[in-house]
Amino acid sequence: MNLLHDIALQRLFGGLIVLLIVATIVGRLIERRTGAERASATVQNLNARINAWWVMSVVFAIAVLVGPIGSVVLFALLSFLALREFVTLVPTRPSDHRALLWSFFLITPLQYVLVALHWYGLFTILIPVYAFLFLALRVALSGDTTHFLERVSAIQWALMICVYSLSYAPALLGLSIRGHGTAGPTLLLFLVIVVQGSDVLQYIFGKLFGRRKIAPLVSPSKTVEGFLGGVAAATLLGALIWWATPFSVWQAGLQALIIALTGFGGGLVMSAVKRDRGIKDFGTIIAGHGGILDRVDSLTFAAPIFFHVTRFFFGG
Amino acid sequence: MIAGALAAVAQLVAGSTVRWLGCAPTEDQRVYIANHSSHLDFIVLWSYLPARLRRLTRPVAARDYWERGAVRRYLAAKVFNAVLIDRAAAPSTPAGQLGLQAVDQMVQSLADRHSLILFPEGARGPGEDLAPFRSGLYHLCARRPGLEVVPVYLENLNRILPKGHLLPVPMLSRITFGTPLRLQDAEAKDAFLERARQAIQALKEAV
Repeated sequence: MNLLHDIALQRLFGGLIVLLIVATIVGRLIERRTGAERASATVQNLNARINAWWVMSVVFAIAVLVGPIGSVVLFALLSFLALREFVTLVPTRPSDHRALLWSFFLITPLQYVLVALHWYGLFTILIPVYAFLFLALRVALSGDTTHFLERVSAIQWALMICVYSLSYAPALLGLSIRGHGTAGPTLLLFLVIVVQGSDVLQYIFGKLFGRRKIAPLVSPSKTVEGFLGGVAAATLLGALIWWATPFSVWQAGLQALIIALTGFGGGLVMSAVKRDRGIKDFGTIIAGHGGILDRVDSLTFAAPIFFHVTRFFFGG
Repeated sequence: MIAGALAAVAQLVAGSTVRWLGCAPTEDQRVYIANHSSHLDFIVLWSYLPARLRRLTRPVAARDYWERGAVRRYLAAKVFNAVLIDRAAAPSTPAGQLGLQAVDQMVQSLADRHSLILFPEGARGPGEDLAPFRSGLYHLCARRPGLEVVPVYLENLNRILPKGHLLPVPMLSRITFGTPLRLQDAEAKDAFLERARQAIQALKEAV
């Protein structure tokens, strides 16, 4: 099944393009009305996000057109880039070099090969069991015990967040649903639309109505109003595209709610990681470099939970 | 073409953010001086110069390293147009015969349009503090009065490829170009070298 044959997929992409065109026009109108030079940082930020959405949608459409392998390769690439950013930020030492080489060039590709093979029994444990223990041993063998636990944990975290968790998104392609066979790209598309939609909606609601900050020390931009409004709207969004999924309306809404909540958790946790490592380092070293980790932080939390919830309740 | 491909690979591996804080990338004759902590240092710094400057900018490198093997010899001679000096030629005794010879070589290689990339620490360090500078930089500037010395700080390259490893871990890095400095009239050797060293050190904190 691919984009050319699947009616639901065509409608989803069609809807996405209409939404993006509307968003682009509205964004440009606001910018023109206020004058490009005087347009507030918020408007510019919003337009930058909309542009990023265009790029993401096109890349994603191409990946889906290519077939399941396209999506797996796309997410493998995202994992690689996210891992690169994460490891840049954490305090590894030269003696961790070998462990990092293993992580980048063997464990990461292997994880995605297992996902491509739909080898559920192994891709769910490769990193949390085998890589987890192996990396600890590899760093111990380097003979450098300075900050041993911090260094090992940082590498393990990097792999768990950037590779393991993210790989659950393309793993959805191999998930078989009771009475539907494998769900194809629609589950993945549902996840990405809801999680990214939730990000944007939380941002918009936060800018419009945000007053009370949720965790000012971790992420000053997250507000109670933005959270509630964004999560509610994302839940509605998920329910509205139920027809593309194996779910009923209320099931789709509930799934979207779970995705929005876990996605929020991912954003908050990754903000905490950035804070811990010093926001200055992150901003300055990665500025202009895409900040893949910033784009997929919500997905890293939402993808594995959505996968396992779906598998538990709908798996066949 | 080989140069372009090599530069692209180097950029891919190093993923650098480039900041020209104190000057712009122009064709003025310059000596780029940078901290040295990885085999990647020179090629990454070179690869992030605009292509037309890359053709004009020659690295000063150790002959014993770059003349080992046909590939390195070819790259040094044809692609990088490197200025190869004898490593024994950078001794702590600057008045040494070989030291003067190296300075001669550098002065000649500048000709009327080339720039140089130089690592005044002489050898790769652990990547924390800069080692004291060799005196070649001072003698070069004394022979070419008014020559611009551009301090460059290379960040994180020693994590991408630490000393003693063959394969790079593709982390992200950053290159910062600072404000050019010149040898002042009657400036003492040690004072000038220390001023140049401080200029690189200061870029570590620059925003």
